Amino acid sequence: MNDRVKEILKSSMEAGWVLEPLAKEMLNIYGMTTTNFAWAKTPGQAQASAQRIGFPLVVKIVSHQVLHKSDVGGVVVGVKDSAQLDSVFFRLSELPGFDGVLLDQMAEGAEVILGSKQDPQFGPVVLIGIGGTSVEIYKDVSIRMAPLTAAEALHALHSLKGRRLLEGYRGRTPVNMDRLTNLIARFSQMVYELADSIESIDLNPVLCGAEESLIADARIMLKR
Amino acid sequence: MKLDSIIEPHSIAVYGLSKTNPFHPANVIYAKNHLRTNSHTYAINPKGGTHFGQQVYSSLAELPEVPDLAVLTIRADFVPDTLRECIAAGVKGAIIVSGGFAEAGRDDLRQEVRRICEENDFPAIGPNCLGVYSPPNVNTIFLPVERIMTPKLGCVSIVSQSGGYLVEIILNLIQENVGIASAVSIGNKDVIDEVDVLQYFSGHEPTRVIGIYVEGFKEGRGRTFAETVRSMDKPVVIFKAGKTPGGTRAVSSHTAALAGDYLTFSEIMKQCGAIEADSPGEFVAFCKALGHYKGKGGKRTVIISVSGGHGAIASDLCSAQGLDLVEIPKADKAALAEKLSENVRKIVSYNNPIDLTGSVADADIAVATNFFLERDYVDQVILLCLPYVPGATPDIGAHVSLYTREFDKPVLVYIPNMPKYQMYIEGFESNGIPVSHSVEGVVYMAKALARYAK
Repeated sequence: MNDRVKEILKSSMEAGWVLEPLAKEMLNIYGMTTTNFAWAKTPGQAQASAQRIGFPLVVKIVSHQVLHKSDVGGVVVGVKDSAQLDSVFFRLSELPGFDGVLLDQMAEGAEVILGSKQDPQFGPVVLIGIGGTSVEIYKDVSIRMAPLTAAEALHALHSLKGRRLLEGYRGRTPVNMDRLTNLIARFSQMVYELADSIESIDLNPVLCGAEESLIADARIMLKR
Repeated sequence: MKLDSIIEPHSIAVYGLSKTNPFHPANVIYAKNHLRTNSHTYAINPKGGTHFGQQVYSSLAELPEVPDLAVLTIRADFVPDTLRECIAAGVKGAIIVSGGFAEAGRDDLRQEVRRICEENDFPAIGPNCLGVYSPPNVNTIFLPVERIMTPKLGCVSIVSQSGGYLVEIILNLIQENVGIASAVSIGNKDVIDEVDVLQYFSGHEPTRVIGIYVEGFKEGRGRTFAETVRSMDKPVVIFKAGKTPGGTRAVSSHTAALAGDYLTFSEIMKQCGAIEADSPGEFVAFCKALGHYKGKGGKRTVIISVSGGHGAIASDLCSAQGLDLVEIPKADKAALAEKLSENVRKIVSYNNPIDLTGSVADADIAVATNFFLERDYVDQVILLCLPYVPGATPDIGAHVSLYTREFDKPVLVYIPNMPKYQMYIEGFESNGIPVSHSVEGVVYMAKALARYAK
């Protein structure tokens, strides 16, 4: 295990889950592509990072006391300039356990969910599905034992009812399947390697486009 | 652990023969193995004496040989010591039929049995099971002979967590005329579980298809099971009971909420290539079809019927099960018409499902079957054969089989299961063409082949 990953896991043990900027850092270490992001702890840092990533931005609360960010108004989408960023920063800093904000690139693409859990019978398994906020309504998912190859990932994607959403349904640009299946293979490798530490992961959504597949949101729950 | 001594023993000691209760499991097991298997079978009871003229041995040490297998039908409390005695004497495996372990609150006994077996690398099936039916070597299914039919010998082997349901499966297989190579009830599976038996059957020469009834795997064993299936060259059909959604309790991740226990099981069976049956009917049909045609067939299906209604119903079922009813090219419709008798040529419906009509004769059915087996765009043919059509004779099976022998493609037949039609059914089956007794069943057979072929 990479030293930095070890360090992140250790620092997150007490809370039981990994703060999103650290989760994304872990994913990057395992070779997965995320949206461009920065963790800013002061308004000054936020402004500097915003210049680098570029407006518009998604701004999210970073706090070990806030696991479900949207539930407390901790996610602001489409922050368009410096003035708005300042006011959003101020508002989020009032939330419990405030430990800075996560600035995230706004990205587009077909929404996919990648997840993992430790199954008592089958060990580390990966879930691949049509993602977004309605994922629990449509339940269009495939589940596979980790690790899996890119070819197996493609097979799993093909078994989704909503596969046509990824293949350019009604004039949309088809998703770059090589990138997506590679991302899934790397994800499954990480899940397999860290099976002793991680209880479950939600990457939702992963935004899949003609070029890249970018992980826009990451939640890593640790074993207690 | 090596299971040869349990599934293919040459000598058996039966512990617990009763001198007073003729229906005691030990008595039934002793009689069955003594009279109806090739293995030397010895009865053990501390009181000694004789039993219907046969010697009853008062201890293991008295036997003229060290048996391969010990069958324990004694009180749970006596099991640990008896196992130690068997191991010390050099017995190679045991079937513990007795109940009264973890399921009766005696977890201490469960642990002790497990420890004894593990420390001595001693394979034991059970406890709390019916054990093994594996002709011609062993049969510990303790149901009296007159209460149960004997299956014919075949290539399907069964593993079941439930003993009672194992008997049900055997009866279902007998009804569909499917032969059995071996059947194992694993009970509490404290030492040997379905994965061990699966691994054994993977190298068991008479076994070509393995059917498994499972309620759940023990911790981590699901993964080993899946890896074993993936590495095997034999089809594994699996039927699961207890499909509670699970994983729906309050959880903090989408994944944990979505990936319930059953969905995870079902998806991983797909990943590893096990063929999951959704119902007992599918289970039997899958075992039967794969026993005949492992690796052959595929999705592209032609239905040949002698009744429009049967064709339409089979066609709906095929679509629902994900089979492709291929479109017949125009030129082929004309070519087929040329080959059919003048009687029916003009009244046949040439769209898939093909309806040869009730005016058909044996020769037309055979010619049409052959015609589609020859086509590259067809993977398999479903033949809905109604013996009450005046022109169909009991020779139809033999007639069709003249053609099927030429091709490496499956023909799957439906014939209603009536005593009167037995000759028709045998005409197909004794020529190697499987028959189902329901339209659903024949479609399930086609589905199994399509799934395994891909």
